[in-house]
Amino acid sequence: MRDLFKIAIRNLLRYKRRTLLTASLITIGVVFVLVFISISGSFKAMMVGQITDSMIGHVQVHRKGYVASIDNLPLNLNLKPPMVKKLEEILGAQEAVEAYSPRIKFGGMFSNFVETTNIRLIGVYPERELKTVPLLSSRISDGKAALEKGEIVIPVLLSRGMGVKVGDSIVIVATNQDGSVNGKQFRVAGILENVTGPGGRDGYVHIEDAMEVLRMKEMEISEVAIRLKDFSKLASFTDALESLLAGEVNKQGQPVFEVHSWENLSPFYNIARLIDIMTFFIKLMLIAIVLISIMNVMIMAVYERIREIGTIAAIGTLPGKILSMFVIEGLCLGILGAVSGCILGTVILFLINMAKITFNFGQQKGLILSATVQPADLAIISVIVILVSVLASLQPALKASRMDPIQALRHV
Amino acid sequence: MGLITAENISKEYRTGEITVKALKGVSFDIEPASFVSFVGPSGSGKTTLLNLIGCLDKPTDGQLRVADTDVFALGRKESAAFRGSHIGFIFQDFNLMPVLTVYENIEYPLLMVQSRPPAERKDRVEKLLEEVGMADQRNKYPDQISGGQKQRVAIARALVTNPELVLADEPTANLDSETAHAVIDLMKKMKDDFGTTFIFSTHDQKIVREAEIIYSLEDGRLKEKVIQKEAAHA
Repeated sequence: MRDLFKIAIRNLLRYKRRTLLTASLITIGVVFVLVFISISGSFKAMMVGQITDSMIGHVQVHRKGYVASIDNLPLNLNLKPPMVKKLEEILGAQEAVEAYSPRIKFGGMFSNFVETTNIRLIGVYPERELKTVPLLSSRISDGKAALEKGEIVIPVLLSRGMGVKVGDSIVIVATNQDGSVNGKQFRVAGILENVTGPGGRDGYVHIEDAMEVLRMKEMEISEVAIRLKDFSKLASFTDALESLLAGEVNKQGQPVFEVHSWENLSPFYNIARLIDIMTFFIKLMLIAIVLISIMNVMIMAVYERIREIGTIAAIGTLPGKILSMFVIEGLCLGILGAVSGCILGTVILFLINMAKITFNFGQQKGLILSATVQPADLAIISVIVILVSVLASLQPALKASRMDPIQALRHV
Repeated sequence: MGLITAENISKEYRTGEITVKALKGVSFDIEPASFVSFVGPSGSGKTTLLNLIGCLDKPTDGQLRVADTDVFALGRKESAAFRGSHIGFIFQDFNLMPVLTVYENIEYPLLMVQSRPPAERKDRVEKLLEEVGMADQRNKYPDQISGGQKQRVAIARALVTNPELVLADEPTANLDSETAHAVIDLMKKMKDDFGTTFIFSTHDQKIVREAEIIYSLEDGRLKEKVIQKEAAHA
């Protein structure tokens, strides 16, 4: 095998310019893919982080049917105290869970004593909420995120629209699930920026204030947001939690809980999917570049060496070995392109990170692009390039191995 | 039994609608350790006959046994394996691998065809390098040596596997007369040293005289067999 590699490398060096051009083409392809997937991957990871760490959490648990009606914030689909207790028992036993935060979500009217508008409110335990969605505090443009009882964090839309500032008093009026209306005065503790831009109408209050406004005697939870220790285990955790909760059924034998990862709850998931699809097509482009360039070179190599093929076939070289010679030549070319592409791509990514490129995402300004490439990405791209190189060499190599020695020796 | 037994061999080629009869019922026997030449004008069937003996082609009709093997019955892979272990080839254009050195070209059949162990390869190649007088050129590439030297390397490559038979199609056609005689002399020496049968084709009358047995071909038929055990320059 070592000798086959030696012959292959010498044959590649025999046509230095052509080898260099082909390897360069593959290198450029690998660099392009590496830079694209690392930048788009970093962008995606950053955006997913913003969405999950400042709003949704990694996973949410609701009462069955709640998510289908989530726009109405239905209080009658809140989790009853025994369900909450059961859920907390299960979550407390999960090693993968870093933090979880129960929330009461409800709609209400917001009044600054001059004007009135609607608002969506989330009642939370501030400490637990900040552990579950730690970037929430970064969304506070004025004031504080750590609410105390009697305080409210209002969306920037309402602050600007109604001229309400931190420290002002406002009134929240809400209808509870019995249909009766109740109101409570709050002091504005903070102004909340929306994650993806202006337009959000979500505010935060202390969970006990939410209970008071809604006249809840016992705490009924709309959702429980969960943060995992390791985000990469999202799918397995979601499946495991679903299995654990599947056993909890109501009197009709229907499941009580429903589990959703952030992917099912945020429209940004579709953008993340789009990035994945673009990455897939970029990889296809790389495959096409490698396939065409290697096949072209190997076809040329076979054509130029017909008499050599005839000679080695005549002196008894078996067809399999002739095939190996050409496949190994393509393999070496692929390895050369993949290795040089990975090295150059890593250097370019290092330079991009040195340049500290910034961008804005919604209200988040000056996010620094951190283009990182995982060793697994380098390995996957290298394996793709090398496999495609071998595949591209197969057809010319097969042609060489099946050549009739007499015809080949006659070739001029 | 002879090394080669050919009985009534015919070979036809079809070129479009035309059928060309390259060989017409050729029969002969060649004993081991012979130095044989096939002579004849262009188109007489010399190369076709050598291709058949060398298991590179199959006859349309007749029987051909080489080294006790019915080569007509061999498949493609078996033919290649048979050539690799029983037959050496010397080509008119030398056909050395340009990316391999003189040493590596001679070593090639042992390495890539017979997969011999390194020590055995080294012994065989060193011996043949000395025999063909190319020991001091071992690290040169084919484009760094003369035509005569290339043919010496080709002879060494043909003999390195200890074949019973070496086939040489016009081995001196691209050499000047002095070098051509030197190459033929070397082939005869190799035949004497190793007991290998050499069969070569040529239309150079001076070279023909070096053969012990001369078969004359004309228009695809064997015209004459001349036995001259004591060759002209012997």
